[in-house]
Amino acid sequence: MMKHELKLYCDTTRLTDLRVFLNDILRDTSLSDIEQHQVTLAVDEVCANLIIHSHGCNPQEYIQVEVEKQNGILKIEIKDQGEGFNIIEYKEPEITQVKKAKRKGGLGIILVKRIMDKIEFEKIGSQNTCRLFKNLKSK
Amino acid sequence: MLKIETTKESNHITLHLIGEVDASNSVELDESIIALMEGGEKNILVDGTDLQYISSAGLGVFMSYIEDFQEKNISLVIYGLNERVYQVFRILGLDQLIIIKSNKEDALQEI
Repeated sequence: MMKHELKLYCDTTRLTDLRVFLNDILRDTSLSDIEQHQVTLAVDEVCANLIIHSHGCNPQEYIQVEVEKQNGILKIEIKDQGEGFNIIEYKEPEITQVKKAKRKGGLGIILVKRIMDKIEFEKIGSQNTCRLFKNLKSK
Repeated sequence: MLKIETTKESNHITLHLIGEVDASNSVELDESIIALMEGGEKNILVDGTDLQYISSAGLGVFMSYIEDFQEKNISLVIYGLNERVYQVFRILGLDQLIIIKSNKEDALQEI
């Protein structure tokens, strides 16, 4: 599997393109239909979060998404420039809190953490990289 | 793309969600639910048969009204979700907070 790349402009209506891009790649992995759907969702959540909160939906700015398979592990790198969002340090709310506070946010990061097998975040200068990993079953 | 069709029947109203709910259009789902609440609807069915995808933006809309529904005695029941979408509700445990049924017949029993 080669490296697949997508330049995603910071406009939430572009999330559809992201999902089409991911679905095409994931179809060729050993992940089940349900797992493919969930990995796509996790990447959508991270990117939607960046588009809205880090880039203020400025369609001039973009996020770089790279997908590759290494030693039976699917790796998705999500890179952007700017302040960044440290998904590792972010303390997600409890589900019951979300319900009580009637807040519509916070659920996305919970999904990402429950779906992916490993998550990394790295900031070098103004370059932020979020890496999501999913173990692939051998066929 | 998301299309929402509302059908009023004798003792309930149905929101038919067609397509995908994500961060770009979850506000449409939010507005539809607010409109039903303002219209005094007490029994809301959500037909998820044609819902292909829902991200946290859409799930958050359902979450955010759970307490309002309880206070106002409104029943909301979702039915017809495909397995992929249903599993997303389950990851968050929303299947414990929202009534989800497999078909319309079962959903009608809940209202």
